[in-house]
Amino acid sequence: MALLRATDLNVTYRPSRGVDIWAVRDVSLSLEEGEFVGLVGESGCGKSTLGYALTRMLQPPAHLDSGEIEFDGTDISNLSGEDLRHQRRNGFALVLQSGMNALNPVRTIGHHFLDIQRAHAADGERPTASSAAGHSAELLAKVQLEPGVLSRFPHELSGGMRQRVSIALALSLEPRLIVFDEPTTALDVIVQHAVMQTIKDLQRESGFTAILISHDLGLVIEATDRVMVMYAGKIVEDQPSARLLNGPHHPYTEALLSCYADPRADVIELGDIPGSPPDLSLATSGCLFAPRCALAEPVCTAEEPKLTPLDAGTAACHVRARESTTGSKVAAHAR
Amino acid sequence: MPARTADVPPLTVDNISKRYRVRGQRRTSMMAVDGVSFTLEPGSAVGLVGASGSGKSTIASMITGSIRPTSGSIVFGDLAVHEMNRRALRSYHSNVQMVFQDPYGALNPLHTAEYTVSRPCQNYLGMTAAQARARVHELLEIVGLTPTAQFATKLPHQLSGGQRQRVVIARALACDPQLIVADEPVSMLDVSLRAGILRLLGELRREHGLSLLYITHDLLSARVVTDEILVLNEGKVVERGETKAVLQHPTDDYTVRLLDAVAAPGAVA
Repeated sequence: MALLRATDLNVTYRPSRGVDIWAVRDVSLSLEEGEFVGLVGESGCGKSTLGYALTRMLQPPAHLDSGEIEFDGTDISNLSGEDLRHQRRNGFALVLQSGMNALNPVRTIGHHFLDIQRAHAADGERPTASSAAGHSAELLAKVQLEPGVLSRFPHELSGGMRQRVSIALALSLEPRLIVFDEPTTALDVIVQHAVMQTIKDLQRESGFTAILISHDLGLVIEATDRVMVMYAGKIVEDQPSARLLNGPHHPYTEALLSCYADPRADVIELGDIPGSPPDLSLATSGCLFAPRCALAEPVCTAEEPKLTPLDAGTAACHVRARESTTGSKVAAHAR
Repeated sequence: MPARTADVPPLTVDNISKRYRVRGQRRTSMMAVDGVSFTLEPGSAVGLVGASGSGKSTIASMITGSIRPTSGSIVFGDLAVHEMNRRALRSYHSNVQMVFQDPYGALNPLHTAEYTVSRPCQNYLGMTAAQARARVHELLEIVGLTPTAQFATKLPHQLSGGQRQRVVIARALACDPQLIVADEPVSMLDVSLRAGILRLLGELRREHGLSLLYITHDLLSARVVTDEILVLNEGKVVERGETKAVLQHPTDDYTVRLLDAVAAPGAVA
């Protein structure tokens, strides 16, 4: 049985002034226990919003308009208050992009751990700084930090260390699902590499289910088992990571991949995606990527493509769906 | 703007160091930059690569004159940048401009693209408002923000990240500089926009004879933009040479680690 299943999620931002933004559009997904899944797309494609929706962290003006989120067999889409807290306690956690902003600057790291342990302590128990220290130190060890970090303040730590602390905090309640929202974006390359390695190792050892949200397709492919590509609020392709490398199906995925190259190669051709993502405040029709797509045909602007089985996963593209039945494939960038 | 590499002097950085005092500790200090030398020939592009804290941005600040080196010299033509006063810096800045990492922070949110780009035309070139306006449209055209009439009236929040970075580049070009110092110009942009901005930097070099000092931790973009790179670690140059040669045959451990950290899905496929 799937650990997390979402059906037809729709999230809208409804600011008090200005127009509504339809950020997540009819997204359905399902995660098996222990799976490591990536969620990729350009800025503003709704990937973080989807991550927040799945962990029930959406704050107004964002609203979960419709859809169902089932976590371990329980529908959490309408839970609130103590019921939601109870699910969080033994369920799911979110690691935010910037460790800097996720930590309280006037509290020590030890206090952050204590705070979580107090908030989720069983009735009648009240963990003290000394009783919590052992557990906190164990958690820090998991992310390769010294116990001495507990007495430090966030500003005394480097960006990479703060991000490790955020990960350790998320591990406090032994969650079964962790959503990592751009966990390494603010870090420099070498630190990013090390933090990603820690996340991969932890996931392999502890076996939790993980969603890695990032704009960096290269990083996600290297880390995850499966990649979901989002464009303009929709999932447009969903494939095992290894397959995606050998042959992406959706022209958007293909275009994203062309933006990467090996700096050691003899000749480097770097692609880009001309144009910009559509305005999500407007009603749309057809394939949302069509205006930027090299393969676009009349049917693409007229009719919205549905996610259809393709290769080892699914993709939402009229052209690719037809080609898979006729057996001829044209590379998008060849045109 | 014609290509005019002939009459432009090189920028010579000779053995510069920068020592910062550590706050609260009187005796200890740290060398942010330690004896770095290089020459930026007119029309060439040199990359400074390294992880955070390697001193690359400190070098940029010394070259633009915003901080002074502890020792060493920076010479541009007959100008000694390392000992300039504010007044001299002002005229130096009409030759040397910067493009910053964060296009969101580098633009005043209340100013239209036209106003932002017209300021240096008036301040440095002494143009009238009408002349400046004409020049703005020329500049927006160069950086690919067309139709220019439409983009000129936009405020930063109405532009995408890539478009904002193009406005920042247009502003840097406004006073017709000879050298642009670009500090991580693509690292905050989506990868889908990276190639477009890099291509623009290449065009500026080829068609307008600009020299470029390109600072980054992204080896791929350094490879695309620069001819020569210096790899920095803890303020020291650990490896230097022709970009392609250095990346294909790195000799220093640190360069190898930087290369290993690059996520390059294309390399596997």
